[in-house]
Amino acid sequence: MLLLFTFVLAIFLGFELIAKVPSQLHTPLMSGSNAISGISIVGALIVFKGSDNETLVTVLGTIAVACASVNVVGGYFVTDRMLSMFKKKEGGK
Amino acid sequence: MEVLIELAYVLSAVLFIFGLKMLGSANTARRGNLLSAFGMLIAVIATVAQGLDLKFILLGAAIGGIIGLVAAIRVPMTSMPEFVALFNGTGGLASLLVGWAEYRNRMENWTEGVPQDDLISVIAIYLAVLIGGVTFTGSIIAYLKLSEKIGGKPFLYTGQQFVNGVLVLGIVGCGVAFVLDPAGMHTPFLVAVGASFLLGILFTIPIGGADMPVVISLLNSYSGLAACAAGFVISNTVLIVSGALVGASGIVLTTIMCKAMNRSLANVLFSGFGSGTTASGTATAVQGEAKPIVAEDAYYVLEAASSVVFVPGYGMAVAQAQHAVRELGDILEENGAEVKYAVHPVAGRMPGHMNVLLAEANVPYEQLYEMDDINPVIANVDVAIVIGANDVVNPAARTEESSPIYGMPIINVDYARSVFVLKRSMRSGFAGVENPLFFNENTRMLFGDAKASIEALVGQFKG
Repeated sequence: MLLLFTFVLAIFLGFELIAKVPSQLHTPLMSGSNAISGISIVGALIVFKGSDNETLVTVLGTIAVACASVNVVGGYFVTDRMLSMFKKKEGGK
Repeated sequence: MEVLIELAYVLSAVLFIFGLKMLGSANTARRGNLLSAFGMLIAVIATVAQGLDLKFILLGAAIGGIIGLVAAIRVPMTSMPEFVALFNGTGGLASLLVGWAEYRNRMENWTEGVPQDDLISVIAIYLAVLIGGVTFTGSIIAYLKLSEKIGGKPFLYTGQQFVNGVLVLGIVGCGVAFVLDPAGMHTPFLVAVGASFLLGILFTIPIGGADMPVVISLLNSYSGLAACAAGFVISNTVLIVSGALVGASGIVLTTIMCKAMNRSLANVLFSGFGSGTTASGTATAVQGEAKPIVAEDAYYVLEAASSVVFVPGYGMAVAQAQHAVRELGDILEENGAEVKYAVHPVAGRMPGHMNVLLAEANVPYEQLYEMDDINPVIANVDVAIVIGANDVVNPAARTEESSPIYGMPIINVDYARSVFVLKRSMRSGFAGVENPLFFNENTRMLFGDAKASIEALVGQFKG
């Protein structure tokens, strides 16, 4: 139940955090939050906690780590790349 | 050790929260992203520090990391929408696989029925697989549509709602059976995996190209919720909190996009907007004739203009015209005109798509105006240059009650003193709706590839 409680509070926090983002930042916000959803990498890592997994589990876990890594690495890099292009006039030219 | 790990998770959740908060303002956004990346690093280190077998982890991380890195460096800014769509998909797939693997790992504990303490885990496994699966295939379809590997038109067939309904019922049924006896239900579980893949495809395929900003936002939300479900599977707070944050932010963006189109989410998801069934019968034939103009004549008008507004749309992305547009904007400024760029919230194929392209072309963001800021001053604008935008400047949304886009807020370019529309042909926009703007007294059509047209104008100024 405590986990459910945490979940509900985090949803409300999310609404509050995002509600006032100007529309010009919507794309970086989306790719940035996408990188955060790569947190499932923690879940993928924990699959390997057991010492003698069956082969299927090892395969599933490895692919899960790979997918989540794409998300994390790609998401953060591309967001940074995008944001590095958002410039003010003085610095822009 | 346990305590240290938990503390590390708390720290990374805090960093995510600050990171997201800072992403909300242009001055802090880049630091916010770094902060959030740092949070991710801490979460990963804390997890690995529990003493895991690293062999396969390193293999997976190396493969995924390299793919992600290369893709992030190479993707052109014009392809951002399909890129983000794909990334939503990998996130969803990861959560699905985590649910599946945990199920296999713990299955034998449940042969004698599920103890009360594990009930949430069992339900969460099913949800993680379900949401993850829908996110995965839905994102793949969105990717294929956005990269135009398959047609962007909505795909509708009779009985579509019925088929989706049956599928959902089947998934719910499998779910109940699974939760009651997870150990004996491996086959129904696999059926449910397949069904969730199918559902993702069927839900996305009827949605048209112009509605893609809504779909991407929604899939973004799903990828967060899938991670959240995976968090419930392994009772891990940092997954639950970060997944919920992403889920909530995706929902907020979805709502913003729907509002910008004056439509409900249900209408976007189920109506197959612009498929022809809604548009063809009702749209009244537009009177008059479109008046073309050549670059040379357009140049004389622009040369004399003291204020110019660019209104970009998806066509600018297709033609990769953003750099040429910036160059023309600079020339006009040197010529003494006040230059603005007006961006409609759903211009392009994802939220903020045009802003990214203009930023890539070094347009300073002080010159970017949102719809609500430009409309009050548009009547004082000498020339509005519409580049590959259509529905977001269609005055029928204001005046034509029978029009499918009636009620959608638009950028009122038709109130400007004169309007240049850069367009490849007279074909109607993605919504399939006629645009009376093209036939207005003060509108001139500059036909051709947007980039070539802009470059021709630049050439006129230089020569």
